[in-house]
Amino acid sequence: MTLDIVLHLLGITVVVSPGALLILLGLSRLLGIPLLESVQAHLTKASVLIGLAAAISILMIMLVTGSRHVPIEIGNWVSLDSEHFHFHFKFVFDRLSVPFVILSFVLCGTVGAFASVYLHRDPGYSRFFLFYAMFQVGMVVSAAADTIETLFLGWELVGLSSALLVAYFHDRPSPVQNGLRVWTIYRISDAAFLIAALSLHHLTGAGDFDKLMGVGHWPEGVAMVGPWPALLVGSLLLLAAAGKSGMLPFSGWLPRAMEGPTPSSAIFYGALSVHLGTYLLLRVSPLLDVSPTLRGLVIVWGLASALFGTLASRVQNDVKNALAFASLTQVGIITVEIGLGWDYVALVHMIGHACLRTLQLLRAPSVLKDFQNLENAVGGHLSGVQPGNRPAASPLQLGLYRFALERGYLDSLLYSGIVHPFLSLFRKLDRWERQWNGFLSRESVSTSTKSPVADSLEDVL
Amino acid sequence: MVELHLPWLQLTILTPLLGALPVYVLSDRRLAQRLATLFSLASLVFGVAQWFDFRGLHQNADVYEAADRWGILGTGMGHNWFVVDPFSTLLLPLTALIFLTAILTTLRTKINRFSFAGTLCSQALVLSTFATQQPWGIVLGLSFSTVPVWLELKKRKQTTRVFSIYMALMTFLLVSGQAATSLTPESDTPWLGGFLLTAGVLLRCGIFPLHGWMADLYQRATFGTALLFATPLTGAYGVMRLVFPIAEPWALQSIALLSLFSALYAAGLAMVQSDARRFFCYLFVSHSALLLVGLEMATPIGLTGAMCVWTAIGISMHGFGLALRCVEARTGRLSLNQFHGLYKHTPFLGGMFLLTGLASIGFPGTVGFIGTELLIESVIDVYPLIGFTVVIAAAINGISVVRAYFHVFTGTVHPGTTSMTCRPKERATILLIVLLNIVGGLAPQLGVNSCYDAAIELLEHRGVSKQTQPEQRRQGMEIARIETVFPYQKDQEGM
Repeated sequence: MTLDIVLHLLGITVVVSPGALLILLGLSRLLGIPLLESVQAHLTKASVLIGLAAAISILMIMLVTGSRHVPIEIGNWVSLDSEHFHFHFKFVFDRLSVPFVILSFVLCGTVGAFASVYLHRDPGYSRFFLFYAMFQVGMVVSAAADTIETLFLGWELVGLSSALLVAYFHDRPSPVQNGLRVWTIYRISDAAFLIAALSLHHLTGAGDFDKLMGVGHWPEGVAMVGPWPALLVGSLLLLAAAGKSGMLPFSGWLPRAMEGPTPSSAIFYGALSVHLGTYLLLRVSPLLDVSPTLRGLVIVWGLASALFGTLASRVQNDVKNALAFASLTQVGIITVEIGLGWDYVALVHMIGHACLRTLQLLRAPSVLKDFQNLENAVGGHLSGVQPGNRPAASPLQLGLYRFALERGYLDSLLYSGIVHPFLSLFRKLDRWERQWNGFLSRESVSTSTKSPVADSLEDVL
Repeated sequence: MVELHLPWLQLTILTPLLGALPVYVLSDRRLAQRLATLFSLASLVFGVAQWFDFRGLHQNADVYEAADRWGILGTGMGHNWFVVDPFSTLLLPLTALIFLTAILTTLRTKINRFSFAGTLCSQALVLSTFATQQPWGIVLGLSFSTVPVWLELKKRKQTTRVFSIYMALMTFLLVSGQAATSLTPESDTPWLGGFLLTAGVLLRCGIFPLHGWMADLYQRATFGTALLFATPLTGAYGVMRLVFPIAEPWALQSIALLSLFSALYAAGLAMVQSDARRFFCYLFVSHSALLLVGLEMATPIGLTGAMCVWTAIGISMHGFGLALRCVEARTGRLSLNQFHGLYKHTPFLGGMFLLTGLASIGFPGTVGFIGTELLIESVIDVYPLIGFTVVIAAAINGISVVRAYFHVFTGTVHPGTTSMTCRPKERATILLIVLLNIVGGLAPQLGVNSCYDAAIELLEHRGVSKQTQPEQRRQGMEIARIETVFPYQKDQEGM
């Protein structure tokens, strides 16, 4: 068996292992065959361990052989040869994807183990693990993707699982509304991503990152597009990344996403999902070399997000929200690093931050209790500042405080600037539609729109 | 013309038609439902058989069209009336499946309202429309298929004014358009006929501004009937067979732009609906408009994408509609202004509702994904800037679907004590549709090949049709066609 075949098999194992988990958990729900909690936990554990072992094996082989780029060709999902249309399934293991894939498996495994205890006997246990499996597939596929279509596939799975897990406690309206908010932002981000992917197709003739980045391996590739196309595609990808990573102006969804159970908050908004945007920017970082304008845009965007994140995190009165904005600060800084061309620094920063934040978020439910115990043991406030002894705030401080407390008024700005006009316009159009039909049917709008028959089950019975 | 081995087409069409009579006279509604299921199932079996038969001919003998054998109904006036090609061969079993699933999932509480005989008649009419390529056959099929729906509205004592006005207009436009086209000398372009036919089929598709009847129908008819009138997409078939072969490129592009606008408009309206049926209606209009955009691109990729989306809509939107219908059958009309929290009572329906809804918007791994990808690629090839409207419309539809899911299934605890568990028949039917959604999404190559063959055939047919134009125009058209058909190379492998 040659080394290439071994690498190919290992690469497929990395992707298939979480995919098999998703299929097993999905089928059990589809066919109405409930699985025991322990079975689900064991399946999850096995999936993570197999995937992780395969990813580490690839890393070892790469280190031993000095290989920096291992493409795994799966083949065409769909191909129309005569039209030169191929939906290409291709994965790559390089200096960027291997650490991120390993990170995904490690953190998914940690959170999976935590969640199997944390959600023990919770009615939504199996639902959680189904979405978790979907998320894991999405992360691994996104991380190892070598074509923009493949990355988009994983990106969408991550988005859907995130939104559904935010709405995990779905007996209350608030988590559901927040889940919908997250989904809406993700759809905007997905649309930007898709437009970028299609533009890329037109510019390079294919969606392969290889072709986009020319001959060099990450991060030394040289983009094969001119400055203006690079700016166009890069800006769209930056918008997509901003949506996915909760950067400005989409930061409003980050604290809302904390409505989900702690394990999902940890893995999505502290560790992996929130970094997917920056991962995307890292993957296409050679584009920044082509367009200085794009580079500047990335730096400014990252800097603004970092500043906003640090302001907002300081005034949160909820530990998960504070951590969410602290994550945003770090994501902003990572974006700045990418903009400055410090790709390896950004990668290391991303991995370190993801691990730290996962730990903090998983500890969040019990940290307050520990904090109080510690204060009781010390016999005073740990901060050293007694309530009521704070110095008076200046107007600037007050302004900043209010700005941070209101989370930069971003939600209300987006609502009044985009959502409200959009909904108002279509509500008005809907009203006209109803009036037109009322006119044709010679009925008043109220009559023409009411249910023609009382057909609730109670009426029938 | 090559013939199928058995008269599958006539069997597929006649079986539900023959079944309609005994079903109509039966006073026992449960027995009527069983009988209707049986006839519809037989029609599906014959439809699948003709698909296998045609595929065999297509693969072995490179046949692109096949007529029915022993034409009793199939021949007349010197024409083979029932002919299938790589695409319509797929539409017949799909349509039969759509009708069968609607009959199967009708709950006992609804069997007094839902007309099984009318449904079987509709099935026969829709199948005969899809089985013919003769313009007059399609015009008649489109016109007569409105009758069972109109009768049901009358029976339900609903006002039929909106439906009657629109459908009478459609019939007038189609008949006069086809008459004008037939009377136009072959050397001339049938401007008037083409315009009237276009207006007629766009009305049937529910394209802006001719879509008013759709919302009215969904509100007044039973959900099953409205679903069966819309989801087979006979209007799109009319566009493909009546308009596409004769329309000038600029006319097709104008229709495409109108369809693009419709897709966005309906997507926006779906987003703000407070009534679940109206939401479904506008979501459907948006999808069918997207499909028309692809059809009007007149490129192999665009047509292939449109046809893939067509089958995807047939499966996913119908499944989505059935899931909504099953919920409605248990709760009554659903408002999307409030949360209903039905998930705990019926998690299966909740999951299926979400899955089919996501499939309809082309979520990765589902049946709609590849079709949507192909469609978007082709649109952006032809209209680089305006084409992005498709992406925006798809994004809005995605938000609407999840919003509907959240409102119907989550957000509160439903206080009802009535069991909402799915009945085995419903469960099996919805499961079948969901599996089709997933299998079609994971292994799309077979469907894409069929659609591509049909697309090429259609484009060649359009080319032949254009050759009847005057020499000068013909040359111009051929150049335009070649430019439209092969405008790009998708990858640079050959470069």
